[in-house]
Amino acid sequence: MSVLIFVELDEGKLKKSSQEAIFYGAKVAEMTGTTATAIAVGQADESELATAGRFGATKVLHARDTRLNEPNGMAYATVVAAAAQQEGSTVVVLAKSSLADAMTARLAGKLKAGLAANVIELPDLGNGFVVKSSIYTGKAFAYNELKAGIKILAIKKNTITPEETDTTAPVDSFSPALNDSDFVISVKSTEKATGDILLPEADLVVSAGRGMKGPENWGLVEDLAQALHAATACSKPVSDLDWRPHHEHVGQTGIKISPNLYIACGISGAIQHLAGVNSSKVIVVINKDADAPFFKSADYGIVGDVFEVLPRLTAAVKAL
Amino acid sequence: MKILVCVTSVPDTTTKITFTDNNTKLNKAGVTFITGPYDDYALARAVELKEKAGGTVTVLNVGGADAEPVIRKCLAIGADEAIRVNAEPTDAYFVAEQIAAVAKDASYDLILMGRESIDYNGGQVHGIVAELLGLPSISPVMVLNVDGNTAKITREIEGGKEEIEAKLPLVLGCQEPIAEWKIPNMRGIMTARTKPLKVVEPVADEQLTAVSRYELPAPRGTVKMIPANEAEKLIQLLHTEAKVI
Ligand SMILES: Cc1cc2nc3c(=O)[nH]c(=O)nc-3n(C[C@H](O)[C@H](O)[C@H](O)COP(=O)(O)OP(=O)(O)OC[C@H]3O[C@@H](n4cnc5c(N)ncnc54)[C@H](O)[C@@H]3O)c2cc1C
Repeated sequence: MSVLIFVELDEGKLKKSSQEAIFYGAKVAEMTGTTATAIAVGQADESELATAGRFGATKVLHARDTRLNEPNGMAYATVVAAAAQQEGSTVVVLAKSSLADAMTARLAGKLKAGLAANVIELPDLGNGFVVKSSIYTGKAFAYNELKAGIKILAIKKNTITPEETDTTAPVDSFSPALNDSDFVISVKSTEKATGDILLPEADLVVSAGRGMKGPENWGLVEDLAQALHAATACSKPVSDLDWRPHHEHVGQTGIKISPNLYIACGISGAIQHLAGVNSSKVIVVINKDADAPFFKSADYGIVGDVFEVLPRLTAAVKAL
Repeated sequence: MKILVCVTSVPDTTTKITFTDNNTKLNKAGVTFITGPYDDYALARAVELKEKAGGTVTVLNVGGADAEPVIRKCLAIGADEAIRVNAEPTDAYFVAEQIAAVAKDASYDLILMGRESIDYNGGQVHGIVAELLGLPSISPVMVLNVDGNTAKITREIEGGKEEIEAKLPLVLGCQEPIAEWKIPNMRGIMTARTKPLKVVEPVADEQLTAVSRYELPAPRGTVKMIPANEAEKLIQLLHTEAKVI
Protein backbone atom coordinates (compact mmCIF):
# COMPACT_ATOMS: atom_id res chain seq x y z
CA MET A 1 0.00 0.00 0.00
CA SER A 2 2.94 2.35 0.56
CA VAL A 3 3.68 5.49 -1.44
CA LEU A 4 6.67 4.71 -3.67
CA ILE A 5 9.32 7.36 -4.35
CA PHE A 6 11.99 7.00 -7.01
CA VAL A 7 15.26 8.58 -5.86
CA GLU A 8 18.44 9.51 -7.70
CA LEU A 9 22.02 10.11 -6.67
CA ASP A 10 24.42 12.59 -8.18
CA GLU A 11 28.14 12.09 -7.58
CA GLY A 12 27.28 9.58 -4.84
CA LYS A 13 24.89 11.79 -2.89
CA LEU A 14 21.11 11.72 -2.73
CA LYS A 15 19.97 14.52 -5.02
CA LYS A 16 18.30 17.49 -3.35
CA SER A 17 15.30 17.07 -5.62
CA SER A 18 15.05 13.45 -4.44
CA GLN A 19 15.08 14.56 -0.81
CA GLU A 20 12.20 16.83 -1.69
CA ALA A 21 10.38 13.97 -3.43
CA ILE A 22 10.80 11.70 -0.39
CA PHE A 23 9.46 14.37 1.95
CA TYR A 24 6.56 14.99 -0.45
CA GLY A 25 5.85 11.25 -0.70
CA ALA A 26 5.98 10.89 3.08
CA LYS A 27 3.42 13.70 3.41
CA VAL A 28 1.13 11.97 0.91
CA ALA A 29 1.60 8.73 2.86
CA GLU A 30 0.61 10.54 6.04
CA MET A 31 -2.50 11.96 4.35
CA THR A 32 -3.51 8.53 3.05
CA GLY A 33 -2.64 6.58 6.20
CA THR A 34 0.26 4.60 4.83
CA THR A 35 4.07 4.66 4.74
CA ALA A 36 6.66 5.90 2.26
CA THR A 37 9.10 3.56 0.50
CA ALA A 38 12.01 4.95 -1.52
CA ILE A 39 13.50 3.05 -4.42
CA ALA A 40 17.00 3.57 -5.82
CA VAL A 41 18.25 1.86 -8.96
CA GLY A 42 21.88 1.24 -9.90
CA GLN A 43 25.11 1.72 -7.98
CA ALA A 44 24.65 3.46 -4.67
CA ASP A 45 26.20 3.48 -1.26
CA GLU A 46 23.78 1.87 1.22
CA SER A 47 24.62 4.28 4.02
CA GLU A 48 23.77 7.16 1.71
CA LEU A 49 20.48 5.49 0.72
CA ALA A 50 19.62 5.03 4.38
CA THR A 51 19.50 8.85 4.68
CA ALA A 52 16.17 8.67 2.82
CA GLY A 53 14.84 7.98 6.33
CA ARG A 54 15.73 11.52 7.36
CA PHE A 55 13.12 12.85 4.95
CA GLY A 56 10.39 10.40 5.91
CA ALA A 57 10.95 7.11 4.07
CA THR A 58 10.45 4.09 6.32
CA LYS A 59 12.17 1.71 3.93
CA VAL A 60 14.46 1.85 0.92
CA LEU A 61 14.50 -0.68 -1.90
CA HIS A 62 17.74 -0.94 -3.82
CA ALA A 63 17.91 -2.62 -7.23
CA ARG A 64 21.57 -3.08 -8.10
CA ASP A 65 21.85 -5.60 -10.88
CA THR A 66 25.06 -4.69 -12.78
CA ARG A 67 22.97 -4.16 -15.90
CA LEU A 68 21.44 -1.20 -14.08
CA ASN A 69 24.74 0.61 -13.46
CA GLU A 70 24.18 3.03 -16.30
CA PRO A 71 21.02 5.20 -16.13
CA ASN A 72 18.45 3.68 -18.48
CA GLY A 73 14.94 5.13 -18.42
CA MET A 74 13.31 2.02 -19.87
CA ALA A 75 14.94 -0.52 -17.57
CA TYR A 76 14.54 1.73 -14.54
CA ALA A 77 10.84 2.10 -15.32
CA THR A 78 10.52 -1.70 -15.41
CA VAL A 79 12.16 -1.90 -11.98
CA VAL A 80 9.99 0.82 -10.46
CA ALA A 81 6.82 -0.72 -11.93
CA ALA A 82 7.79 -4.06 -10.35
CA ALA A 83 8.40 -2.32 -7.02
CA ALA A 84 5.01 -0.59 -7.23
CA GLN A 85 3.44 -3.99 -7.74
CA GLN A 86 5.33 -5.62 -4.88
CA GLU A 87 4.47 -2.76 -2.52
CA GLY A 88 0.91 -2.46 -3.79
CA SER A 89 1.60 1.25 -4.28
CA THR A 90 -1.19 3.40 -5.60
CA VAL A 91 0.91 6.58 -5.62
CA VAL A 92 4.37 6.85 -7.24
CA VAL A 93 6.37 10.07 -6.83
CA LEU A 94 9.36 11.19 -8.89
CA ALA A 95 11.27 14.48 -8.88
CA LYS A 96 11.49 15.84 -12.41
CA SER A 97 14.89 15.24 -14.03
CA SER A 98 16.06 14.04 -17.40
CA LEU A 99 16.15 10.44 -16.13
CA ALA A 100 12.78 10.72 -14.38
CA ASP A 101 11.24 12.25 -17.51
CA ALA A 102 12.35 9.19 -19.47
CA MET A 103 10.79 6.91 -16.85
CA THR A 104 7.46 8.51 -15.93
CA ALA A 105 5.82 8.01 -19.29
CA ARG A 106 6.92 4.38 -19.56
CA LEU A 107 5.71 3.81 -16.02
CA ALA A 108 2.35 5.37 -16.84
CA GLY A 109 2.12 3.08 -19.85
CA LYS A 110 3.00 -0.02 -17.85
CA LEU A 111 0.71 0.73 -14.92
CA LYS A 112 -2.03 2.47 -16.92
CA ALA A 113 -1.72 5.19 -14.34
CA GLY A 114 -3.16 8.68 -14.06
CA LEU A 115 -0.18 10.93 -14.53
CA ALA A 116 0.42 14.52 -13.46
CA ALA A 117 3.60 16.20 -14.65
CA ASN A 118 5.00 19.43 -13.16
CA VAL A 119 3.16 19.03 -9.86
CA ILE A 120 3.70 22.00 -7.54
CA GLU A 121 1.63 21.25 -4.42
CA LEU A 122 0.53 18.40 -2.19
CA PRO A 123 -2.62 16.68 -3.46
CA ASP A 124 -6.06 17.71 -2.29
CA LEU A 125 -7.90 14.59 -1.16
CA GLY A 126 -11.10 16.44 -0.23
CA ASN A 127 -12.85 15.44 -3.40
CA GLY A 128 -11.10 12.62 -5.22
CA PHE A 129 -7.34 13.02 -5.77
CA VAL A 130 -6.59 16.45 -7.19
CA VAL A 131 -3.13 17.87 -7.84
CA LYS A 132 -2.10 21.34 -8.97
CA SER A 133 0.39 21.47 -11.80
CA SER A 134 2.11 24.12 -13.85
CA ILE A 135 1.00 24.35 -17.51
CA TYR A 136 1.60 26.65 -20.50
CA THR A 137 5.24 26.78 -19.42
CA GLY A 138 4.45 28.42 -16.12
CA LYS A 139 1.87 30.85 -17.52
CA ALA A 140 -1.00 29.04 -15.75
CA PHE A 141 -1.93 26.19 -13.42
CA ALA A 142 -4.30 23.25 -13.76
CA TYR A 143 -6.06 21.26 -11.08
CA ASN A 144 -5.96 17.66 -12.32
CA GLU A 145 -8.18 15.00 -10.94
CA LEU A 146 -6.35 11.67 -11.17
CA LYS A 147 -9.04 9.06 -11.63
CA ALA A 148 -6.99 5.93 -12.31
CA GLY A 149 -6.28 3.44 -9.54
CA ILE A 150 -2.55 4.19 -9.72
CA LYS A 151 -1.34 7.78 -9.70
CA ILE A 152 2.07 9.04 -10.80
CA LEU A 153 3.22 12.47 -9.68
CA ALA A 154 6.26 14.13 -11.24
CA ILE A 155 7.06 17.05 -8.97
CA LYS A 156 8.82 20.29 -9.85
CA LYS A 157 11.68 21.69 -7.83
CA ASN A 158 10.66 23.82 -4.83
CA THR A 159 7.26 22.14 -4.49
CA ILE A 160 7.89 21.52 -0.82
CA THR A 161 10.62 22.36 1.71
CA PRO A 162 11.84 19.13 3.30
CA GLU A 163 12.26 18.94 7.06
CA GLU A 164 14.92 16.57 8.32
CA THR A 165 14.98 14.20 11.29
CA ASP A 166 17.85 11.97 12.35
CA THR A 167 16.12 8.68 11.54
CA THR A 168 17.67 6.42 8.94
CA ALA A 169 15.76 3.85 6.93
CA PRO A 170 16.60 0.16 6.41
CA VAL A 171 17.79 -0.69 2.91
CA ASP A 172 16.51 -3.92 1.32
CA SER A 173 17.85 -5.26 -1.90
CA PHE A 174 15.31 -5.66 -4.66
CA SER A 175 15.89 -7.90 -7.67
CA PRO A 176 12.97 -7.95 -10.08
CA ALA A 177 13.09 -9.69 -13.46
CA LEU A 178 14.61 -7.43 -16.14
CA ASN A 179 13.52 -7.26 -19.79
CA ASP A 180 16.19 -7.72 -22.46
CA SER A 181 14.19 -5.36 -24.65
CA ASP A 182 15.04 -2.54 -22.23
CA PHE A 183 18.73 -2.84 -23.09
CA VAL A 184 18.70 -2.38 -26.87
CA ILE A 185 19.95 1.22 -26.86
CA SER A 186 23.69 1.59 -26.62
CA VAL A 187 25.22 4.72 -25.18
CA LYS A 188 28.54 5.21 -26.98
CA SER A 189 29.81 8.17 -25.00
CA THR A 190 28.71 10.64 -22.38
CA GLU A 191 29.85 14.19 -21.97
CA LYS A 192 28.95 15.73 -18.64
CA ALA A 193 30.26 18.73 -16.81
CA THR A 194 31.51 17.56 -13.41
CA GLY A 195 31.72 19.59 -10.25
CA ASP A 196 29.24 22.13 -11.62
CA ILE A 197 25.93 22.66 -9.89
CA LEU A 198 23.26 21.08 -12.07
CA LEU A 199 20.96 23.80 -13.36
CA PRO A 200 17.64 22.02 -12.64
CA GLU A 201 18.84 21.27 -9.09
CA ALA A 202 20.22 24.71 -8.30
CA ASP A 203 18.72 26.95 -5.61
CA LEU A 204 20.45 30.00 -7.05
CA VAL A 205 20.88 30.75 -10.74
CA VAL A 206 22.81 33.52 -12.49
CA SER A 207 21.64 33.83 -16.08
CA ALA A 208 22.77 36.06 -18.90
CA GLY A 209 21.66 37.06 -22.38
CA ARG A 210 22.77 38.83 -25.48
CA GLY A 211 23.56 41.92 -23.40
CA MET A 212 26.85 40.20 -22.47
CA LYS A 213 28.03 40.92 -26.05
CA GLY A 214 30.09 37.76 -26.47
CA PRO A 215 31.24 34.49 -24.86
CA GLU A 216 34.56 36.08 -23.87
CA ASN A 217 32.69 38.13 -21.24
CA TRP A 218 31.11 35.19 -19.41
CA GLY A 219 33.81 35.30 -16.77
CA LEU A 220 31.79 38.09 -15.11
CA VAL A 221 28.73 35.84 -14.92
CA GLU A 222 30.74 32.87 -13.71
CA ASP A 223 32.47 34.92 -11.01
CA LEU A 224 29.15 35.97 -9.49
CA ALA A 225 27.78 32.42 -9.82
CA GLN A 226 30.84 31.01 -8.11
CA ALA A 227 30.69 33.51 -5.26
CA LEU A 228 27.03 32.60 -4.70
CA HIS A 229 27.46 28.84 -5.35
CA ALA A 230 24.91 29.32 -8.11
CA ALA A 231 24.44 27.55 -11.43
CA THR A 232 24.72 29.48 -14.69
CA ALA A 233 22.01 29.72 -17.34
CA CYS A 234 21.44 31.67 -20.54
CA SER A 235 18.82 32.90 -23.02
CA LYS A 236 18.07 31.06 -26.25
CA PRO A 237 20.01 33.32 -28.65
CA VAL A 238 23.07 32.82 -26.47
CA SER A 239 22.94 29.04 -26.90
CA ASP A 240 21.90 29.38 -30.58
CA LEU A 241 25.04 31.47 -31.14
CA ASP A 242 27.07 28.78 -29.32
CA TRP A 243 28.28 31.26 -26.72
CA ARG A 244 27.09 28.74 -24.10
CA PRO A 245 26.17 25.01 -24.21
CA HIS A 246 22.57 24.16 -25.01
CA HIS A 247 21.88 22.58 -21.62
CA GLU A 248 22.11 26.06 -20.06
CA HIS A 249 19.31 27.46 -22.22
CA VAL A 250 16.21 28.28 -20.17
CA GLY A 251 12.76 29.26 -21.39
CA GLN A 252 9.85 27.99 -23.36
CA THR A 253 12.05 25.88 -25.63
CA GLY A 254 14.74 25.24 -23.04
CA ILE A 255 14.91 24.07 -19.44
CA LYS A 256 12.20 25.22 -17.05
CA ILE A 257 13.56 26.11 -13.65
CA SER A 258 12.12 27.22 -10.32
CA PRO A 259 15.06 28.22 -8.11
CA ASN A 260 14.89 30.43 -5.01
CA LEU A 261 16.78 33.17 -6.82
CA TYR A 262 17.12 33.96 -10.53
CA ILE A 263 19.43 36.81 -11.53
CA ALA A 264 18.96 37.88 -15.17
CA CYS A 265 21.83 39.90 -16.65
CA GLY A 266 21.39 41.58 -20.03
CA ILE A 267 18.24 39.61 -20.86
CA SER A 268 15.32 41.56 -22.33
CA GLY A 269 12.59 39.37 -20.83
CA ALA A 270 10.78 38.07 -23.91
CA ILE A 271 7.64 36.13 -23.03
CA GLN A 272 9.28 32.88 -24.21
CA HIS A 273 12.18 33.46 -21.85
CA LEU A 274 9.94 34.39 -18.90
CA ALA A 275 7.93 31.23 -19.43
CA GLY A 276 10.82 29.07 -18.30
CA VAL A 277 11.83 31.10 -15.24
CA ASN A 278 8.76 32.85 -13.88
CA SER A 279 8.18 30.29 -11.16
CA SER A 280 11.46 31.32 -9.51
CA LYS A 281 10.80 32.61 -5.98
CA VAL A 282 12.80 35.84 -6.33
CA ILE A 283 13.76 37.42 -9.66
CA VAL A 284 16.48 40.06 -10.06
CA VAL A 285 16.90 41.90 -13.35
CA ILE A 286 19.96 43.87 -14.42
CA ASN A 287 19.52 45.69 -17.70
CA LYS A 288 20.79 49.00 -19.07
CA ASP A 289 17.41 49.70 -20.67
CA ALA A 290 14.92 50.96 -18.07
CA ASP A 291 12.08 49.93 -20.42
CA ALA A 292 13.20 46.29 -20.75
CA PRO A 293 10.04 44.16 -20.29
CA PHE A 294 11.78 41.90 -17.76
CA PHE A 295 11.51 44.62 -15.05
CA LYS A 296 7.73 44.04 -15.03
CA SER A 297 8.28 40.47 -13.83
CA ALA A 298 11.07 41.22 -11.38
CA ASP A 299 11.22 41.58 -7.61
CA TYR A 300 14.44 43.61 -7.66
CA GLY A 301 15.90 45.58 -10.52
CA ILE A 302 19.00 47.56 -11.38
CA VAL A 303 19.08 49.80 -14.44
CA GLY A 304 22.72 49.67 -15.35
CA ASP A 305 25.53 48.25 -17.41
CA VAL A 306 26.23 44.58 -16.62
CA PHE A 307 29.93 45.18 -17.15
CA GLU A 308 29.95 47.60 -14.22
CA VAL A 309 27.25 46.06 -12.02
CA LEU A 310 28.34 42.40 -12.06
CA PRO A 311 31.83 42.94 -10.56
CA ARG A 312 30.31 45.07 -7.79
CA LEU A 313 27.79 42.36 -6.95
CA THR A 314 30.48 39.69 -6.90
CA ALA A 315 32.59 41.77 -4.54
CA ALA A 316 29.57 42.41 -2.30
CA VAL A 317 28.79 38.68 -2.10
CA LYS A 318 32.38 37.91 -1.16
CA ALA A 319 32.16 40.55 1.58
CA LEU A 320 29.01 38.99 3.14
CA MET B 1 11.97 5.12 -44.73
CA LYS B 2 8.49 5.61 -43.28
CA ILE B 3 8.31 8.43 -40.74
CA LEU B 4 5.34 9.42 -38.59
CA VAL B 5 5.49 12.92 -37.09
CA CYS B 6 2.99 13.69 -34.34
CA VAL B 7 2.16 17.38 -34.03
CA THR B 8 0.19 19.45 -31.55
CA SER B 9 -1.75 22.61 -32.30
CA VAL B 10 -0.96 25.05 -29.49
CA PRO B 11 -1.34 28.76 -28.67
CA ASP B 12 1.43 30.89 -30.18
CA THR B 13 4.31 31.35 -27.73
CA THR B 14 3.51 35.07 -27.29
CA THR B 15 -0.07 34.34 -26.17
CA LYS B 16 -1.25 35.82 -22.90
CA ILE B 17 -3.13 32.84 -21.48
CA THR B 18 -6.61 33.48 -20.01
CA PHE B 19 -9.55 31.22 -19.22
CA THR B 20 -13.35 31.39 -19.57
CA ASP B 21 -16.38 29.51 -18.23
CA ASN B 22 -15.40 29.86 -14.58
CA ASN B 23 -11.79 28.99 -15.32
CA THR B 24 -12.64 25.65 -16.90
CA LYS B 25 -11.74 26.46 -20.53
CA LEU B 26 -8.92 28.16 -22.37
CA ASN B 27 -10.08 31.48 -23.80
CA LYS B 28 -9.38 30.94 -27.50
CA ALA B 29 -10.59 34.40 -28.54
CA GLY B 30 -7.84 36.17 -30.44
CA VAL B 31 -5.38 33.31 -29.91
CA THR B 32 -3.29 32.21 -32.90
CA PHE B 33 -2.61 28.48 -32.98
CA ILE B 34 0.72 27.19 -34.22
CA THR B 35 2.47 23.85 -34.59
CA GLY B 36 4.16 23.01 -31.28
CA PRO B 37 7.67 24.50 -31.62
CA TYR B 38 9.32 21.20 -30.66
CA ASP B 39 7.06 19.29 -33.07
CA ASP B 40 8.16 21.75 -35.74
CA TYR B 41 11.78 20.69 -35.17
CA ALA B 42 10.76 17.02 -35.48
CA LEU B 43 8.91 17.71 -38.71
CA ALA B 44 11.80 19.68 -40.19
CA ARG B 45 14.21 16.81 -39.50
CA ALA B 46 11.78 14.22 -40.89
CA VAL B 47 11.51 16.18 -44.15
CA GLU B 48 15.30 16.46 -44.37
CA LEU B 49 15.73 12.71 -43.82
CA LYS B 50 13.14 11.99 -46.50
CA GLU B 51 14.82 14.35 -48.95
CA LYS B 52 18.13 12.58 -48.35
CA ALA B 53 17.11 8.93 -48.26
CA GLY B 54 13.63 8.79 -49.78
CA GLY B 55 10.48 7.55 -48.10
CA THR B 56 7.34 9.17 -46.77
CA VAL B 57 6.45 11.55 -43.97
CA THR B 58 2.99 11.23 -42.42
CA VAL B 59 1.75 13.91 -40.03
CA LEU B 60 -0.58 12.89 -37.23
CA ASN B 61 -2.63 15.17 -35.02
CA VAL B 62 -5.09 14.24 -32.31
CA GLY B 63 -7.46 17.17 -32.29
CA GLY B 64 -10.61 18.83 -33.51
CA ALA B 65 -11.25 20.23 -36.98
CA ASP B 66 -9.87 23.57 -35.79
CA ALA B 67 -6.38 22.00 -35.89
CA GLU B 68 -6.53 21.57 -39.67
CA PRO B 69 -4.72 24.84 -40.57
CA VAL B 70 -1.76 23.61 -38.52
CA ILE B 71 -1.90 20.22 -40.26
CA ARG B 72 -2.05 21.88 -43.71
CA LYS B 73 1.02 23.92 -42.81
CA CYS B 74 2.89 20.70 -41.99
CA LEU B 75 1.91 19.36 -45.41
CA ALA B 76 3.12 22.61 -46.99
CA ILE B 77 6.46 22.19 -45.23
CA GLY B 78 6.94 18.81 -46.89
CA ALA B 79 4.91 16.04 -45.23
CA ASP B 80 3.23 13.77 -47.79
CA GLU B 81 -0.01 12.94 -46.06
CA ALA B 82 -1.83 13.60 -42.82
CA ILE B 83 -4.10 11.84 -40.38
CA ARG B 84 -6.28 13.62 -37.85
CA VAL B 85 -7.77 11.61 -35.01
CA ASN B 86 -10.99 13.43 -34.37
CA ALA B 87 -10.90 13.95 -30.58
CA GLU B 88 -9.96 16.60 -28.04
CA PRO B 89 -6.43 15.83 -26.78
CA THR B 90 -7.40 15.81 -23.12
CA ASP B 91 -4.78 13.65 -21.47
CA ALA B 92 -1.32 12.33 -22.40
CA TYR B 93 -2.33 8.68 -22.05
CA PHE B 94 -5.39 9.18 -24.24
CA VAL B 95 -3.38 10.95 -26.96
CA ALA B 96 -0.69 8.26 -26.81
CA GLU B 97 -3.29 5.55 -27.19
CA GLN B 98 -4.62 7.23 -30.33
CA ILE B 99 -1.12 7.51 -31.79
CA ALA B 100 -0.34 3.89 -30.91
CA ALA B 101 -3.58 2.75 -32.55
CA VAL B 102 -2.64 4.52 -35.80
CA ALA B 103 0.95 3.28 -35.70
CA LYS B 104 0.33 -0.30 -34.59
CA ASP B 105 0.11 -2.00 -37.97
CA ALA B 106 1.65 0.72 -40.10
CA SER B 107 5.33 -0.26 -39.56
CA TYR B 108 6.84 3.20 -39.28
CA ASP B 109 10.63 3.24 -38.97
CA LEU B 110 10.58 6.41 -36.90
CA ILE B 111 7.87 8.00 -34.82
CA LEU B 112 8.95 11.56 -34.09
CA MET B 113 7.39 14.30 -32.02
CA GLY B 114 8.45 17.25 -29.91
CA ARG B 115 10.03 16.54 -26.54
CA GLU B 116 6.93 18.12 -25.01
CA SER B 117 3.89 20.12 -26.01
CA ILE B 118 4.00 23.74 -24.93
CA ASP B 119 0.48 23.70 -23.48
CA TYR B 120 0.70 20.89 -20.94
CA ASN B 121 4.50 20.52 -21.03
CA GLY B 122 4.07 16.96 -19.87
CA GLY B 123 6.71 15.51 -22.17
CA GLN B 124 5.07 12.14 -21.69
CA VAL B 125 3.36 11.23 -24.94
CA HIS B 126 6.38 9.75 -26.73
CA GLY B 127 7.24 7.50 -23.79
CA ILE B 128 3.71 6.19 -23.43
CA VAL B 129 3.41 5.58 -27.20
CA ALA B 130 6.68 3.63 -27.10
CA GLU B 131 5.56 1.62 -24.08
CA LEU B 132 2.24 0.76 -25.73
CA LEU B 133 4.01 -0.29 -28.94
CA GLY B 134 6.85 -2.09 -27.15
CA LEU B 135 9.48 0.15 -28.76
CA PRO B 136 12.44 2.05 -27.31
CA SER B 137 11.98 5.76 -26.64
CA ILE B 138 14.67 8.43 -26.51
CA SER B 139 14.25 12.10 -25.56
CA PRO B 140 15.27 14.90 -25.87
CA VAL B 141 17.03 14.21 -29.17
CA MET B 142 19.30 17.01 -30.46
CA VAL B 143 20.93 15.21 -33.40
CA LEU B 144 19.40 12.42 -35.49
CA ASN B 145 21.12 10.61 -38.34
CA VAL B 146 20.05 7.34 -39.87
CA ASP B 147 22.52 4.88 -41.35
CA GLY B 148 20.69 1.89 -42.85
CA ASN B 149 18.84 0.31 -39.97
CA THR B 150 20.64 2.24 -37.23
CA ALA B 151 19.87 5.64 -35.77
CA LYS B 152 22.76 7.71 -34.46
CA ILE B 153 21.47 10.10 -31.87
CA THR B 154 22.70 12.81 -29.53
CA ARG B 155 20.52 13.09 -26.46
CA GLU B 156 20.67 15.93 -23.94
CA ILE B 157 21.13 14.95 -20.32
CA GLU B 158 21.50 17.15 -17.24
CA GLY B 159 24.67 19.14 -17.63
CA GLY B 160 25.69 17.47 -20.89
CA LYS B 161 24.84 15.04 -23.64
CA GLU B 162 25.32 11.45 -24.73
CA GLU B 163 25.88 9.72 -28.05
CA ILE B 164 23.51 6.82 -28.65
CA GLU B 165 23.04 4.13 -31.26
CA ALA B 166 19.84 2.19 -31.61
CA LYS B 167 18.11 0.05 -34.20
CA LEU B 168 14.92 1.26 -35.87
CA PRO B 169 12.01 1.40 -35.23
CA LEU B 170 12.19 4.05 -32.53
CA VAL B 171 10.03 6.68 -30.88
CA LEU B 172 11.87 9.98 -30.38
CA GLY B 173 11.11 13.25 -28.59
CA CYS B 174 12.93 16.03 -30.46
CA GLN B 175 14.32 19.47 -29.67
CA GLU B 176 16.73 21.97 -31.21
CA PRO B 177 19.19 21.91 -32.84
CA ILE B 178 17.93 18.74 -34.60
CA ALA B 179 17.01 20.89 -37.62
CA GLU B 180 16.16 24.47 -38.48
CA TRP B 181 12.46 25.34 -38.42
CA LYS B 182 11.13 25.34 -41.99
CA ILE B 183 8.85 27.98 -43.48
CA PRO B 184 6.51 26.78 -46.23
CA ASN B 185 7.10 28.22 -49.70
CA MET B 186 4.40 29.11 -52.25
CA ARG B 187 4.72 25.82 -54.09
CA GLY B 188 4.44 23.90 -50.83
CA ILE B 189 1.30 25.81 -49.86
CA MET B 190 -0.28 25.08 -53.26
CA THR B 191 0.50 21.35 -53.22
CA ALA B 192 -0.57 21.02 -49.57
CA ARG B 193 -4.15 21.65 -50.61
CA THR B 194 -4.30 18.46 -52.62
CA LYS B 195 -2.34 16.19 -50.27
CA PRO B 196 -4.49 13.59 -48.47
CA LEU B 197 -5.76 14.43 -44.97
CA LYS B 198 -7.59 11.47 -43.51
CA VAL B 199 -9.88 11.90 -40.52
CA VAL B 200 -10.30 8.86 -38.27
CA GLU B 201 -12.37 8.38 -35.14
CA PRO B 202 -10.62 7.78 -31.80
CA VAL B 203 -10.34 4.45 -30.04
CA ALA B 204 -12.46 4.84 -26.93
CA ASP B 205 -11.11 4.38 -23.45
CA GLU B 206 -11.69 5.39 -19.87
CA GLN B 207 -10.44 8.81 -18.80
CA LEU B 208 -7.50 8.53 -16.42
CA THR B 209 -7.22 12.23 -15.60
CA ALA B 210 -9.42 15.31 -15.95
CA VAL B 211 -8.74 18.99 -15.39
CA SER B 212 -11.33 20.39 -13.01
CA ARG B 213 -10.22 24.01 -13.29
CA TYR B 214 -7.43 26.36 -14.28
CA GLU B 215 -5.80 29.23 -12.46
CA LEU B 216 -3.51 32.12 -13.34
CA PRO B 217 -0.42 32.87 -11.27
CA ALA B 218 -0.70 35.70 -8.76
CA PRO B 219 1.01 38.81 -10.11
CA ARG B 220 4.41 39.61 -8.63
CA GLY B 221 4.55 42.58 -6.27
CA THR B 222 6.04 45.80 -7.57
CA VAL B 223 9.69 45.72 -8.45
CA LYS B 224 12.11 47.34 -6.04
CA MET B 225 14.68 49.36 -7.98
CA ILE B 226 18.23 49.82 -6.75
CA PRO B 227 20.45 52.53 -8.25
CA ALA B 228 23.39 51.09 -10.20
CA ASN B 229 25.89 53.07 -8.16
CA GLU B 230 24.58 51.34 -5.03
CA ALA B 231 24.51 47.86 -6.57
CA GLU B 232 25.92 46.34 -3.36
CA LYS B 233 22.61 47.12 -1.66
CA LEU B 234 20.98 44.43 -3.77
CA ILE B 235 23.12 41.77 -2.14
CA GLN B 236 22.18 43.10 1.32
CA LEU B 237 18.47 42.98 0.40
CA LEU B 238 18.72 39.46 -0.97
CA HIS B 239 20.40 38.48 2.27
CA THR B 240 18.30 40.28 4.87
CA GLU B 241 14.94 40.97 3.17
CA ALA B 242 14.35 38.22 0.60
CA LYS B 243 16.55 35.80 2.60
CA VAL B 244 17.53 33.78 -0.44
CA ILE B 245 21.29 34.10 0.01
C1 LIG C 1 8.92 29.79 -30.54
C2 LIG C 1 9.94 30.57 -29.79
C3 LIG C 1 10.52 29.99 -28.67
C4 LIG C 1 11.48 30.69 -27.93
N1 LIG C 1 12.02 30.09 -26.83
C5 LIG C 1 12.90 30.81 -26.07
C6 LIG C 1 13.46 30.25 -24.89
O1 LIG C 1 13.18 29.10 -24.53
N2 LIG C 1 14.31 30.98 -24.15
C7 LIG C 1 14.68 32.25 -24.51
O2 LIG C 1 15.47 32.89 -23.79
N3 LIG C 1 14.19 32.79 -25.64
C8 LIG C 1 13.32 32.11 -26.42
N4 LIG C 1 12.85 32.67 -27.58
C9 LIG C 1 13.46 33.93 -28.04
C10 LIG C 1 12.91 35.17 -27.37
O3 LIG C 1 11.79 35.61 -28.09
C11 LIG C 1 13.96 36.29 -27.35
O4 LIG C 1 14.38 36.56 -28.65
C12 LIG C 1 15.17 35.99 -26.48
O5 LIG C 1 14.80 35.54 -25.20
C13 LIG C 1 16.03 37.22 -26.33
O6 LIG C 1 17.23 36.91 -25.69
P1 LIG C 1 18.07 38.02 -24.92
O7 LIG C 1 17.22 38.66 -23.91
O8 LIG C 1 19.33 37.40 -24.48
O9 LIG C 1 18.46 39.02 -26.09
P2 LIG C 1 17.84 40.51 -26.48
O10 LIG C 1 16.41 40.41 -26.63
O11 LIG C 1 18.70 40.92 -27.59
O12 LIG C 1 18.11 41.33 -25.18
C14 LIG C 1 19.36 41.77 -24.74
C15 LIG C 1 19.11 42.67 -23.56
O13 LIG C 1 20.35 43.04 -23.00
C16 LIG C 1 20.29 44.41 -22.64
N5 LIG C 1 21.67 44.89 -22.65
C17 LIG C 1 22.48 45.07 -23.73
N6 LIG C 1 23.69 45.49 -23.33
C18 LIG C 1 23.66 45.59 -21.99
C19 LIG C 1 24.60 45.98 -20.99
N7 LIG C 1 25.85 46.35 -21.31
N8 LIG C 1 24.21 45.97 -19.70
C20 LIG C 1 22.94 45.59 -19.35
N9 LIG C 1 22.04 45.22 -20.24
C21 LIG C 1 22.38 45.22 -21.56
C22 LIG C 1 19.40 45.07 -23.65
O14 LIG C 1 18.82 46.25 -23.13
C23 LIG C 1 18.37 43.95 -23.90
O15 LIG C 1 17.26 44.12 -23.04
C24 LIG C 1 11.88 31.98 -28.34
C25 LIG C 1 11.30 32.56 -29.47
C26 LIG C 1 10.33 31.87 -30.19
C27 LIG C 1 9.73 32.53 -31.38
